[in-house]
Amino acid sequence: MANILVYALQYEGAFNKNSLGAVSEASKLAAELGGEAHAIVVGEGVSNDLVASLGNYGATKVLNVNGPEGLAQPVVDAMAAAVAAGDYGYAIFGGGLLGFEVGAGLAARLSAGVAMEITAVRAEGGKLVAERPILGDSAISQISFRSDLGIIISRLNAFEIKETGGTAAVEEFSVDFSDFSGQATMITRGEQRGADVDIEGADILIAGGRGLGAEEGFELCETLAAAFGGNSAVAATRAVVDAGWFPYAGQIGQTGKTVAPKLYLAAGISGAIQHKVGMQGAENIVAINKDANAPIFEFSDLGIVGDLNKIMPKLSEAVKAKKGA
Amino acid sequence: MKICVLVKEVPDAAVQKKIDPSTGRMDRSGEKNLNPYDTHAIEAAMQLKESGAMAVDEVVAVTMGPDSAERALHKAVSLGADRSVHLTDGALAGSDVAATGYALSKVLEKEAPDLVLLGQQSDDGECYTIGAVVADHLKFPSLTQVIKIDVEGGTKLRAERQAEYGYDTVEINLPAVISVGDAINEPRYPSLKAIMGAKKKPLEKLSAADSGIDASKVGGDNSAAQWTGSSEPPKKEAGRIIEDEDTAETVEAIVAWLDERKLI
Repeated sequence: MANILVYALQYEGAFNKNSLGAVSEASKLAAELGGEAHAIVVGEGVSNDLVASLGNYGATKVLNVNGPEGLAQPVVDAMAAAVAAGDYGYAIFGGGLLGFEVGAGLAARLSAGVAMEITAVRAEGGKLVAERPILGDSAISQISFRSDLGIIISRLNAFEIKETGGTAAVEEFSVDFSDFSGQATMITRGEQRGADVDIEGADILIAGGRGLGAEEGFELCETLAAAFGGNSAVAATRAVVDAGWFPYAGQIGQTGKTVAPKLYLAAGISGAIQHKVGMQGAENIVAINKDANAPIFEFSDLGIVGDLNKIMPKLSEAVKAKKGA
Repeated sequence: MKICVLVKEVPDAAVQKKIDPSTGRMDRSGEKNLNPYDTHAIEAAMQLKESGAMAVDEVVAVTMGPDSAERALHKAVSLGADRSVHLTDGALAGSDVAATGYALSKVLEKEAPDLVLLGQQSDDGECYTIGAVVADHLKFPSLTQVIKIDVEGGTKLRAERQAEYGYDTVEINLPAVISVGDAINEPRYPSLKAIMGAKKKPLEKLSAADSGIDASKVGGDNSAAQWTGSSEPPKKEAGRIIEDEDTAETVEAIVAWLDERKLI
């Protein structure tokens, strides 16, 4: 039971970086438990060469499953079959929407314990203990498992990617998919909506949230970004992207992009955990929000409690003046 | 057709305060009440029913929790659910996500809905998980974080959601479990009449045994994921907070702060 199974998400010929981090972490933990890290890939005709590349992150074996992509339940079927056929004590997921769905479904299927939003895992007495920040990250709870299989779903970017130069054996693993997992069909996947904006390379990001009040509120962000000039850009939270106020390509957080600019200025963003995981690597975080209790103030370096409609225009002018000086 | 909506009582901190547009006052009814994200699931159910897109006979709110959770059901019926079911039993206390999902699935098995809707929770990871757990027990297809539902031919839905690589559109056959994101709709405000009438709508209380729940699979002691301790996170130095009173001064302070860090 010392082996660890990792779900590796791939899309258009590349692995998700959170999956690669999960493979690296599993490889390290499996070594401490005296076992191996294996990965499982589910997709339509994914090449064995691509699958084998997971060896470079520490997987010793990869199960390549031919099945529907982008939906959770076929992956649950595949992982349940792999667990039944193998010798796995733990399953690890690198976060993301599918990771949560697959991990939870697998927990139900196999009566396994599941721990989510995990930021660190350690081996202790031959078992794994997972750490989950709770109550707005003000405490960390430790979770262990009493089931035969323990399921660990990490927060995004919890695990570091490490290249080992290793190689993995590939096994083409066939799965009998359950009837109900075939009741959902992907029609279009990965559709990009709105303009293409580049936020990952920016040094200064002005990010807007629901507190902007309307799509027009983004003008305040654009003006401020323009005042900073140089390598600055405007970004957004999921809520406003889903509301259609800003293009998907500019979204930060759980299902969007992860950024680490020199300055991150959050306007009207409450700072929910799904957003925080995408921007907490920023060097300097400034938040403007009228709600003094907004969680973002707990992790900002400079917090302004006030009306962004009053502050942002004056700030833009002042930044422009300072630059001109 | 029957739609079951899973709802949950949440503590004060997770509730977004808002102003009641009819009185202009702070709405305090929500302070220990229905998870605000669940109101989007109820609204989605009501829109499916009222639009006639689906022939919905009944919308049933279902919760699991202590006596106080009844308030979440009252709110759910005031928003339009026809009746509610309250699974409550000391044996369920402390259940983890997997055990909670199992217990709720036993209640749902008896209800035999065509569609199960639930809301995403914003500040814990359960948003993505409880629907998937329930679906696996019921052997229903499922999707989470759905922001648009269209009905196709009565027994099929077309759902949109944002996933890892952009927006996905998925067709899903009923019966199904769908968890909705908050962008799916703007929940209505219950009328005073609906609030007053809420207590008159049928509310069924079920014990674990009534629902056929195997007591050895639920409760804190039987949950497979066990909390074994807690610790303090590494301290991060508290940031500086400025309350904006004089905006010119505030802006001056921000610029000085940015300038010190060579960010301008």
